[in-house]
Amino acid sequence: MKSVVMADVISMDHITDVICDLKISCPAIAKEAKAGQFVEVYPDNGVNLLSRPISICEINKEEGSLRLVFQIVGKGTKLFSELKAGDKIRVLGPCGNGYTLSEGKALLVGGGIGVPPLLETCKQLKGEKTVVLGFRSGSFLADEFEKLGAKVYVTTDDGSVGFKGNVVDLLRSENITGDMIYSCGPKVMLKFLSMYAEEKGIKCQVSMEERMACGIGACVGCVVQIRDGDSWTYKKVCKDGPVFDSKEVCW
Amino acid sequence: MNTKVNICGVELKNPVMTASGTFGSGREYSEFVDLNRLGAVVVKGVADKPWKGNPAPRIAEVYGGMLNSVGLQNPGVDYFIENDIPFLRQFDTKIIVNVCGHAIEEYVNVVKKLQGQDVDLLELNISCPNVSEGGMAFGTDPVMVEKVVNAVKREADKPLIVKLSPNVTDITETAKAAVAGGADGLSLINTLTGMKIDIYKRKAVLDRKIGGMSGPAVKPVAVRMVYQVCKAVDVPVIGMGGISNAEDAIEFIMAGATGVSIGTANFINPTATVDTIEGIEEYMKKYNVSDLSEIRGIID
Repeated sequence: MKSVVMADVISMDHITDVICDLKISCPAIAKEAKAGQFVEVYPDNGVNLLSRPISICEINKEEGSLRLVFQIVGKGTKLFSELKAGDKIRVLGPCGNGYTLSEGKALLVGGGIGVPPLLETCKQLKGEKTVVLGFRSGSFLADEFEKLGAKVYVTTDDGSVGFKGNVVDLLRSENITGDMIYSCGPKVMLKFLSMYAEEKGIKCQVSMEERMACGIGACVGCVVQIRDGDSWTYKKVCKDGPVFDSKEVCW
Repeated sequence: MNTKVNICGVELKNPVMTASGTFGSGREYSEFVDLNRLGAVVVKGVADKPWKGNPAPRIAEVYGGMLNSVGLQNPGVDYFIENDIPFLRQFDTKIIVNVCGHAIEEYVNVVKKLQGQDVDLLELNISCPNVSEGGMAFGTDPVMVEKVVNAVKREADKPLIVKLSPNVTDITETAKAAVAGGADGLSLINTLTGMKIDIYKRKAVLDRKIGGMSGPAVKPVAVRMVYQVCKAVDVPVIGMGGISNAEDAIEFIMAGATGVSIGTANFINPTATVDTIEGIEEYMKKYNVSDLSEIRGIID
């Protein structure tokens, strides 16, 4: 039987004011976890009842731990940002399908808080890899991708770090290609990225986000439109995704 | 100690079941709980044809609960018969099929297709707030309630439970109308209509703007309505609305409910159903309750 586990907080650090770096011990989840999957974390304050889906940034199977890098966006994530080593939190996972890792030249493209799940993905990819990270302003985790031997490009909307512009502008200007794109970020970024992939004939996996309640496919809250023959159907981000083939998504 | 209850002639091993729409057809939660433990599984709404449901965002969190505007996305009754009944029949639990439709004819079509199928009870959903035709539009007008219940009852070969909307001035009126139309039992409450606005984006959080509110915050309203309905009619009532644990469930039983459904709590605690069953048993032991009928409806 699957279960919600009580995870021990190993450490909780701030990367920036709003970006948090949480390490938790949860061997049962870490053992099963794959790159691109997520966990559900419960605020358990009696008021904010729903679990928060948070992508897995790194998996340490030996240590039985997960690294979660998340952004403070509301009351639940604010609460998580106040966790300290030794605290306990309820966690469910791993959830979702994760990326399908393939051989060949990898292109990892992340936007904002969509960057963290690409770190574990990058770690597991063995071949040549190029990483393109987009942020509104500033950046985080870029150096960690470099340590993994990836060629890293950073772009910001305000030009504060790296290139000025969005990730697709950067891909075009540098003519960056590959055999498979692994991506996660805002829907609009994924949409334009999927158009770029189509143009260049690159296969593209996109990790989507939507407001969810249960995280296991029961509530049918977190849907995205997916092509189904000549028509379309709503599929669940939590169970059918979060990773979809970009060609399947009705942008 | 006897936890068995009888709902419209069907014996359940205990009063705890799932609230429609929060438990799918049991597949997802079967990975977390032993479905054999449950009194019944009330499946997600089944329509005569597949329904796509509403655009996202369909979920919003609110203080002590949540809003949803899923809109009864479901693969249709043919799929249900082929896939979900065989799945659920692997378990020793009762199957209650929640029947939805946009029009009387659609409800009737579903019930006709379910004739002869291996299910135990039907639950008529005339209270979903997230569809523009049918659903709550039927469930808030006593005249329509009686009419639709009557039409469905004529084709039903299983006992018929009617799920009531709380979005009315006097729920006993729709309860009485459902019973007049032929309901063998009643279930309540469906969600309360609600809304949440993101003040930073200056727009409603739900794509459909208005959704149905559920979760612990609605429980006092639900207990009150179950209490009123149990006083007003003479059929078994399944109580639900914010039940998260045994204490909550026992409140509903004391208000008069024969069965209790766990809904939103499943999302917060995937083992909420079994935890509630165990908690009821502990309560019965501790307070020397040998049969739930001893505490059912004890509030006068």
